[in-house]
Amino acid sequence: MTFDYAPAPESRAVVDIAPSYGLFIDGEFAPASDGKAFKTVSPSSEEALSEVAQASAEDVDRAVRAARKAFEKWSALPGAERAKYLFRIARIIQERSRELAVLESLDNGKPIRESRDADLPLVAAHFFYYAGWADKLDHAGYGPNPRPLGVAGQVIPWNFPLLMLAWKIAPALATGNTVVLKPAETTPLSALFFADICRQAGLPKGVVNILTGDGSTGAALVGHPDVDKVAFTGSTEVGKAIARTVAGTDKRVTLELGGKAANIVFDDAPIDQAVEGIVNGIFFNQGHVCCAGSRLLVQESVQDELLEALKRRMRTLRVGDPLDKNTDIGAINSAEQLARITALADAGEAEGAERWAPDCELPGSGYWFAPTLFTGVTQAHRIAREEIFGPVLSVLTFRTPAEAVEKANNTPYGLSAGIWTEKGSRMLWMASKLRAGVIWSNTFNKFDPASPFGGYKESGFGREGGRHGLEAYLNV
Amino acid sequence: MSDRLSVLKTYKLYVGGKFPRSESGRVYEVTDSKDRWLANAPLASRKDARDAVVAARKAFGGWSGATAYNRGQILYRVAEMLEGRRDQFVAEVADAEGCSKAKAAAQVDAAIDRWVWYAGWSDKVAQIAGGANPVAGPYFNMSAPEPTGVVAVLAPQESSFLGLVSVVAPAIVTGNTVVVVAAQDAPLPALSLAEVLATSDLPGGVVNVLSGRTAEIGAPLAAHQDVNAIDLAGADAGLAKELETAAADNLKRVLRPGAVDWSAVPGTERLLSFLETKTVWHPMGV
Repeated sequence: MTFDYAPAPESRAVVDIAPSYGLFIDGEFAPASDGKAFKTVSPSSEEALSEVAQASAEDVDRAVRAARKAFEKWSALPGAERAKYLFRIARIIQERSRELAVLESLDNGKPIRESRDADLPLVAAHFFYYAGWADKLDHAGYGPNPRPLGVAGQVIPWNFPLLMLAWKIAPALATGNTVVLKPAETTPLSALFFADICRQAGLPKGVVNILTGDGSTGAALVGHPDVDKVAFTGSTEVGKAIARTVAGTDKRVTLELGGKAANIVFDDAPIDQAVEGIVNGIFFNQGHVCCAGSRLLVQESVQDELLEALKRRMRTLRVGDPLDKNTDIGAINSAEQLARITALADAGEAEGAERWAPDCELPGSGYWFAPTLFTGVTQAHRIAREEIFGPVLSVLTFRTPAEAVEKANNTPYGLSAGIWTEKGSRMLWMASKLRAGVIWSNTFNKFDPASPFGGYKESGFGREGGRHGLEAYLNV
Repeated sequence: MSDRLSVLKTYKLYVGGKFPRSESGRVYEVTDSKDRWLANAPLASRKDARDAVVAARKAFGGWSGATAYNRGQILYRVAEMLEGRRDQFVAEVADAEGCSKAKAAAQVDAAIDRWVWYAGWSDKVAQIAGGANPVAGPYFNMSAPEPTGVVAVLAPQESSFLGLVSVVAPAIVTGNTVVVVAAQDAPLPALSLAEVLATSDLPGGVVNVLSGRTAEIGAPLAAHQDVNAIDLAGADAGLAKELETAAADNLKRVLRPGAVDWSAVPGTERLLSFLETKTVWHPMGV
């Protein structure tokens, strides 16, 4: 006999979502110049949460002008004053973290356990971390008196809406830049709530501007002639388009793009810990993670044992209501994303890989995809090459460390990798051979504002986090 | 005896540690500032560029895997060899740039000193650009710079030797391998540098030197899927834009051209432009 978990829903009452939102420009909310708007829905229920403005090129221009005007005073402020604004923002985020976590889970579909325990603490931590840099830039290693770049145009994705906002805005403001940020089309709400936090913190008008909209808004922002710095997190395809757009201009650019991380398990790895790491690596945030460990490389001798343990663990994953505190895997962010995951998983089957998923009942409305495992995957399969950005794990095998390195590096991406082994010398050798920006050894998907994050090869350039993250916003 | 007929030198490309002619069989006339013939330099083709990338890729594993101390020793050895050939380079720079022997000598001296300066960075850059990250949890967390891979370098047009050295040395000292396109109208100092590199314990393929038309050779390098970065120092604004656009196809790291005073002490920009930051996490506990 098995006992079901009783539902443990988090209350929605802590969040007050307005029926519609305008654009946040120069400290004021205003509708789009052409009055266009679109709805944002909750991916777990398809319920329309609110209507937000679709910023036009004219709105982009207005926001950039506001940011340019604010730049003069903001960049001239003593670093210690900018630091205090950032500390204020960090504190208000902590105070409102329950509200923001629920909002994020509603708009994005991620489990409340993750938005509450991972996203929000990191969001606050990023503002605290960069607040501390604002008055110490002379000591950052970029020469004395490093100068800000100017107006930063920032475009962020839908997988960690508030966290990506923090990664972009905190270092930009600490270094004296002003910001025009475009959140993703499907997850605009937490950025609009952040605008209210800027108001509560008394941030000068125009220092932070938020433009909601789709790809055309992003393109107008990236291409605006008075934007000095472009920061983008998202797909490699869009990253390449942005790199072409800024070619031949003076615009600085940093790109955090896709990944196809290898999670490499050696035969001496502690199996239970490795299984937890694999699950965290691919099913955290429904696999909507650019550094997800989507290619499991298992040493052949432990393949059977590991897969059995992994399947056993996957059977315990609970898929469902993001606001339920017992939920492990929430909703897929959009119908479009669900279609992409479905198509790639189908391609995996069609190309001969063996598909497995635990029995789990998926909710009737909303966008859902069961945690899925593919075995018998070869390096030529699309599911081993293309970023799926969903809860789909491909399993490949290897015999020697050299073969593991070869297979792990056999991708145009280079964002992250995982290594599971008890042998320190092997771990360090592997870490040095892998062409990836972040290596997690005997752990996975760990983030910290003090730790630089970013990719090699087609995973983009520049680093976010740590002292390294300042470089993107300083004239060095 | 003044009527002795001198022996001319056939200038060649430097690819994979060897000195081939251009596979295209083409040469172009290199003249001094008074239009006097100096030599026929190889006019490298797209195929030469691709061969050079293959050689640079092949050399990358060994060179980037060498210890920093070892790379520093080899770079320092290059400076020793340059010092021994100082007079040759002074003559070549004077011819190439149409300047006095004294001015050329100053440039060559500065270039040798610059090479020594960069040699010393080999085992220091990781300490400047990396370090321990104090994360909020029981983790060992360390960031270290690593070379980005194969770097295509368009050497500056206006400084045939000092400028050349100033763009090649920072790229290789950190473990990258390089395909460098010499200054179009003044390639001879670069081709002679290759002879120095070949006798300096530098593994073949670490630096590959091509001469010819910058735009013609730059295009396949910028578009090459196995080139990781490009230094556009020698490109004019129009060419730079075109090559930066092509470089977006595999998201090459791009160092844009700009006004550089090659005689001034360089900062670390060129060193850091061709480095990645790798961060390693590991749990701590007993």
